[in-house]
Amino acid sequence: MGCSPGGGGGGGGASEDTCTNEIKVEDVPIVTYWAWHADSPDTVDAYNESHDDVQICWTNAGQGPDQYTKLSTSLQSGSGAPDIVVIEYDWLSSFIIQDGLVNLSEHGVEEYKDNFTEGAWRDVSSGDSVYGVPTDLGPLGMWYRADIFEQHGIAVPTTWDEYSAAAQQLRDATGGETLIGNFAPNGSGQHYAFLDQAGAVPFDFDSGNQGEIGINVNDEASKKVFEYWLGLVDQGLVGTDEAWTPEFNTKLGTGGYATAVYPAWYNIHIPGFEDADADAQWRAAPVPQWDAANPVHVNWGGSALAVTAQADDPELATRVAAELYEPEDVRQNAVEAGGLFLASPDVIEAEWFQNLEYEFYGGQKVNQDVFVPAALGYEGVTYGPFSQFYYDEQQRLLSEAIAGNLAPSEVADELQKVLESYATEQGFTLK
Amino acid sequence: MTAQVSATARPPVQRRRSGASLDRKHARFGWVFLAPFAVVFLVFLVLPLVYAFWMSLHTNTLAQGEQFAGLANYFRAFADERFMTGMLRVAAFAVVFVPIQIGLALIFALVLDDVRTRFARFSRLLIFAPYAIPGVIGALMWGFLYSPSFGPLVSFFDFLNLPAPDLLSRDTIFASLTNIVTWQWTGYYMIIFYASLQSIDPSLYEAARIDGATKLQTALQIKLPIITSSIVLTIVFSLIGTLQFFTEPQVLAPLAGNAIDAAYTPNLYAYNLAFSYQQFNYASAISFALGLMVFLASIIFLVATRKKSGLR
Repeated sequence: MGCSPGGGGGGGGASEDTCTNEIKVEDVPIVTYWAWHADSPDTVDAYNESHDDVQICWTNAGQGPDQYTKLSTSLQSGSGAPDIVVIEYDWLSSFIIQDGLVNLSEHGVEEYKDNFTEGAWRDVSSGDSVYGVPTDLGPLGMWYRADIFEQHGIAVPTTWDEYSAAAQQLRDATGGETLIGNFAPNGSGQHYAFLDQAGAVPFDFDSGNQGEIGINVNDEASKKVFEYWLGLVDQGLVGTDEAWTPEFNTKLGTGGYATAVYPAWYNIHIPGFEDADADAQWRAAPVPQWDAANPVHVNWGGSALAVTAQADDPELATRVAAELYEPEDVRQNAVEAGGLFLASPDVIEAEWFQNLEYEFYGGQKVNQDVFVPAALGYEGVTYGPFSQFYYDEQQRLLSEAIAGNLAPSEVADELQKVLESYATEQGFTLK
Repeated sequence: MTAQVSATARPPVQRRRSGASLDRKHARFGWVFLAPFAVVFLVFLVLPLVYAFWMSLHTNTLAQGEQFAGLANYFRAFADERFMTGMLRVAAFAVVFVPIQIGLALIFALVLDDVRTRFARFSRLLIFAPYAIPGVIGALMWGFLYSPSFGPLVSFFDFLNLPAPDLLSRDTIFASLTNIVTWQWTGYYMIIFYASLQSIDPSLYEAARIDGATKLQTALQIKLPIITSSIVLTIVFSLIGTLQFFTEPQVLAPLAGNAIDAAYTPNLYAYNLAFSYQQFNYASAISFALGLMVFLASIIFLVATRKKSGLR
């Protein structure tokens, strides 16, 4: 393994064991850092080389839920958490409520506010507090197989009505060999974006008032979303593979599905499908809308850098987190090698970023065409404080509905009931 | 080790001490020799158990922190529909798994005990081999074999022009899991039975043959009754293992999210409560509640079979 952090000056967090990267300067404070981004090794090295007053000790503690499990266990046990940790926006509240994160606005994060998009800043804010420094966003678009649409003479849908019509045409034309897409019961973040786009506000939660929570997952907008997708499932127009499984990836790769309504960061996943059709022509289009005249831009994923309650020097950690992705070359590398869509207007509006041609996507300027407008139009959402439970229950109920045991509106009503009783059981007062 | 060295290095004078003090001394050294085990046992088993039990007597809600709750978590557990559904599910698994595993293992053991060719020795190894494969690896492998879009079954059914069954769906997952567990454990139980059969005095068989017993009669009326105690023992192992069912559903869950939810088995539920929902206290209570059920099931089974098993 790598080196151990420098001796005397170590002011870092509790987990002073090993880092994956090399510490360049000895005897200065060490800040420990967990991240899974593909660019992390380069980004950390660049930081350490350009700083002689502080060094970052980086570990990849797993992606998403794997890392959250470790983080939560470390927070519960009172030691072992890093100083800075990557957390996706939808999980911040779950750690805030465990008293696991530091309110960065007490440590000078406000002065960096203008470095980030408004939507991203709202996603890391809760009431007057700020619990993360935005790194990247997941502006939602639609990746699609241009060759398949062209072959069957079907127009690329721009609204959800067109999407379901195209779904029917595509199935008729291919006899079901190719479906337009997939509705994954475990598509947690995707569903949240769909709900947001339809105007639903599932959670009302403010870290300044942690005893209260508003839950509204069975309003008209939520039911509209479930009815739309479960309707497509019912008619056999979309698949129901679980996301992040070999099944789903294989079908995307081999023409089983013609679209993936996925965010900007999916660009690094699509070229990696095994046994993929060699002549596949993937392109990006804006996400279909409910009302073409009033497009709503939504976000799925992306992450922030949070400072944990176990950080020895939250001030220092806040500064490191805020400045980690500041240098221009680090940003370029994060975009190109990491596939990140950085949440920084400087990058989003930069010429080089807008004009970046993605070779795999036929040289399409996907940022300019699709994701930049989506990211700038995104207004931010509020997430609940028990994401894992919410996602698990939603997955369970959607699976029931797909099996034909529940109607779409019953999914919403049952979910509302389960979440309310869970919240009460957990000591929240319902707003 | 140092204790041992110093003990042998003592002058012989010490031997004249009275018997009682010698016993005490032996007893003292006994503790010294026991110490390495005792420390591990205390630190890694007893202490965590006590701590978990202490945790199970408290509640810690997301919004209100930790409070002493007495047995409230246990009342909650036994009224928790998801825990009880999981309990019933593993009970159903036990009803299916245990007879299949033990039955198959017995048949294999009896056949292999009787047939002594090179092929039999090879078969013995082959049947035992799955047990040597770590559970997680085995489950991953089966997950691939079951895969509805690129597993080998698909190619096979494609070849026959039939639609391939989805072995990871809600309707089939029970049978799919049964298959994995049977594959994994039958060989292990077979070896236990085989070893017991090997220790039977062959003169019994000779006597039976002289009395005109067929091979089947020998197997059913002589071999089986003699190895009853090892059968009872393996049934208890199998029962305990099944009620604590965890690895296979945990590994298959990402592939079969439609069919395996967070509370599919009580053990899985306890794990998810602790590590996904941060409810360490309630998870401890669920674990102890599960432990209690396992204990009760084992006791009931042992009492019910005490005459046959010779274990009292």
